[in-house]
Amino acid sequence: MKNILKYTFALLAIGFVSCEPEFDSPVTDDGFYSSGTANLSKYVAVGNSLTAGYADGALYITGQENSYPNIMAQQFAFAGGGEFSQPLVNDNTGGLLLGGTQIAENRFVLAVDANGNPGPVRLIGTPTTDITNHLSGTYNNMGVPGAKSFHLGVSGYGNVAGVLSGASNPYFVRFASSESATVIGDAVAQNPTFFSLWIGNNDILSYATSGGAGVDQTGNLDPTTYGPNDITDPNVFGLVYSQQVEALVGNGAKGVLINIPEVTSIPYFTTVPTNAIPLDAATAGALNAQFGAYNTQILPGLVGIGVLSPEEAALRMINFSAGQNFPIMTDDDLTDITAILQGPPFSLPAPLATLLGQLRQVKSDDLIVLTASSVLGTTPDPGNPQGVIGVSIPLSDKYVLAVSEQVRVTAASTAYNATIQALAGAKGLAYVDAKTALARVANGGIPYDGGVLTSQFVTGGAFSLDGVHPSPRGYAYTANLIIRAINETYDATIPMVHIGNYGTVTVSNN
Amino acid sequence: MKKVLLIAVFALASVVTYAGGYRVSLQGNKALAMGHTGVAVINSSELVFFNPAGLVYLEDKFSVSVGAHGVFSNIAYQDTETGANARTDSPVGTPFYLYASYQAADWLAFGLGVYTPYGSSVKYEDDWAGSHLVNNIDLAAIYIQPTVSFKINDKLSFGGGPIYVTGSVNFNRNLNRTLTDLDGNRANVTIDASGVSSWGWVASTMFNPTENLHIGATYRSEIILDAEDGTAEFENIPNSPLTPFENTSIKASLPLPAEMTVGMSYDFCESWTFAFDYNRTFWDVYESLDIDFANEDIPDSKNARNYKNASIYRFGMQYEATKMFTLRAGYYFDESPVRDGYFAPETPRNDSNNFTAGLTVNLGEHLQIDASFLFSHFKEVDASYNYYFENGVAVPFSGTYKTNAFVPGLGLTYKL
Repeated sequence: MKNILKYTFALLAIGFVSCEPEFDSPVTDDGFYSSGTANLSKYVAVGNSLTAGYADGALYITGQENSYPNIMAQQFAFAGGGEFSQPLVNDNTGGLLLGGTQIAENRFVLAVDANGNPGPVRLIGTPTTDITNHLSGTYNNMGVPGAKSFHLGVSGYGNVAGVLSGASNPYFVRFASSESATVIGDAVAQNPTFFSLWIGNNDILSYATSGGAGVDQTGNLDPTTYGPNDITDPNVFGLVYSQQVEALVGNGAKGVLINIPEVTSIPYFTTVPTNAIPLDAATAGALNAQFGAYNTQILPGLVGIGVLSPEEAALRMINFSAGQNFPIMTDDDLTDITAILQGPPFSLPAPLATLLGQLRQVKSDDLIVLTASSVLGTTPDPGNPQGVIGVSIPLSDKYVLAVSEQVRVTAASTAYNATIQALAGAKGLAYVDAKTALARVANGGIPYDGGVLTSQFVTGGAFSLDGVHPSPRGYAYTANLIIRAINETYDATIPMVHIGNYGTVTVSNN
Repeated sequence: MKKVLLIAVFALASVVTYAGGYRVSLQGNKALAMGHTGVAVINSSELVFFNPAGLVYLEDKFSVSVGAHGVFSNIAYQDTETGANARTDSPVGTPFYLYASYQAADWLAFGLGVYTPYGSSVKYEDDWAGSHLVNNIDLAAIYIQPTVSFKINDKLSFGGGPIYVTGSVNFNRNLNRTLTDLDGNRANVTIDASGVSSWGWVASTMFNPTENLHIGATYRSEIILDAEDGTAEFENIPNSPLTPFENTSIKASLPLPAEMTVGMSYDFCESWTFAFDYNRTFWDVYESLDIDFANEDIPDSKNARNYKNASIYRFGMQYEATKMFTLRAGYYFDESPVRDGYFAPETPRNDSNNFTAGLTVNLGEHLQIDASFLFSHFKEVDASYNYYFENGVAVPFSGTYKTNAFVPGLGLTYKL
């Protein structure tokens, strides 16, 4: 009797542990979510820094974990998705070493300065990711920060020997299958059943972030002659892009193509106001007096002798007033009048002629880049308190994306996007209009279950502290966009994520 | 046998238990086997809990009951919108009881009870989808209750006594949905308070209109556990003046609500007893779980609960099958005190149907072994907690919950 009781009790106790409550239809059951006509078992993501999970001006582990492909892969797992591996870096410091020498900067964190003001600063610390430590194996996330469209097919793009010369890419060096490997080749070699391709951003972005310092290569079909900040010719983009799609679709894979957002959607170009210079009436008056002869005599004179059109002369007028003012800048797109001004009848001294050579004031439809915030209004020469950047020293052209430059960026990206959309249609691939979606974030924002996601720098939630790359929440929003497009195109029911569960900027004081 | 049972009872002396609200109705194996009825059942010193007034009608001069239950409770959560899902891995709860009664005179009986009517032990996987509400909680309260009961006559008696409570709570949750340190570890806080004590009381009456019919009523007072010197321990907080969280002391109050029980039992056909109890638990005292951090830089934590009073309907049957075996079975319907929109995952409780069974084995004249089993069945429920706020914006936490509990119990009764 005693034993029977004892053993019954023990057996019951064991039994209960396994009596888990079961839902009528558990989300973990096969078939609860469907991948529709797509097969998600082998997903490979191809792209640039956005695909890699780059954020806060660096690649670091938690950023990679919050890359949109990784977020998607976790959701894919509910609908037949397989393992998703990423070439994780070594730390959360960001930054890269090449044989012990730092070649890429650490990440930004939001730090509070001595006056109690929060702002982005580079995290202090020595990075531990040395690109000479080569990773073996293959990686589902083939996002390579810095890659332009045509780079994906460049043999040797992962060869460590080319890093310092810029011929290869330090991020791809880490996990390229060989020195001669191509990004697209390594992606296709994994035989993906499903892929995403988001490339072409850098084909315009580096031109834009450099304030148009590069060249618009539209018309030049040889990308080997391009500089790093140049705009890629749309035909070059179209050719390499369609080859890449062709290669990825090759074995019957389904996939999703994502288009190129406008640069005006990102805080890197929208944070610093164009009229960032505050002046009192006296200072404004004094400045106007100094530019009086330039406005009323030199510019009309140059129009008179046919050097400037009346429109350009009007554009070059300098005018300050009490309140917020547009800084002065040099604009490479203006006619260079330095030499003319030194000759008769103007006969200006060389320094003054150089100052006025390509001078104008920033216009309200120009875009001042984020990095100008640390330059504008400063006095680079401590011995000369009058030498204020934006007031008496022109802001360098690289800090301003002028309207003329914006036009080139828009023209190129519009052409790229036409290619992307047409290819998606032709191949029956899902298509994500990231351009429209990001514009929505920038204009009014996207409500979610904890507020509104906007492009406001630091506080808006969508962007990391470099002002270009999304925050984890921004990447989660992106992942949802892509999942929605996949669901619509392939009749799938992959669940989305709550973007409020994803963080924004990381606070940390060094 | 005795040794085995002693181990079963005392080695499992941690008092964490299945959370219903956080009332744990497991105060005796005999009663539980009958749907946890007992306010009008005169059969053992379990009356110390159920109705002290009845002690004076016990036939035995001296009676002791000890026992414990093993609570195997499980919560499953899922959100079909995102696929997020979680299962608790809660430790086995082991509520226990010890009751003794002593018949000092024909009209006077004394009793002593030690029991654990409130408690909760829920453990989710850290950083699960609802981790900003709870990662894990461990709440325990031990009631120590001396009683006295007077017989007015064979039809009417009164009983009651003071209750001393000592309780403890340990609670961990993430600070919000996203804050992490530099390495992505979620910032969290552990609230701990132990040795929190307070006093309450119980009063009861029993009325026997006929020899076979008993009617009882018991009221157990509300007891507020005020933790004055608890601790808050923060973990994975970024190094920044923007996140001024540091370990500090806390104050918090946890109410253990009052409970009123009325019921009857009826003996029929020689060896059969039918019992019915009605419980009313005055949960409306549990309006909010507020944590007051001593450090003024840390905003106080306010967590609306807004419970409502709830009823339980209990039915039990007893059959004295042979001299050796007494068989019992029961059922009760347990109304949830949780209102719509206040369904918090630390006590995810909806209405439940509960089925009980058990038996007593008489080993000679003095010793009984009491065994019981309870199965609690909760319907799958779509629910949400709508009172979590981020920057002043309500962020509901919703999903589907399915819970159950299996509770085997074993006890000993010794009587002279």
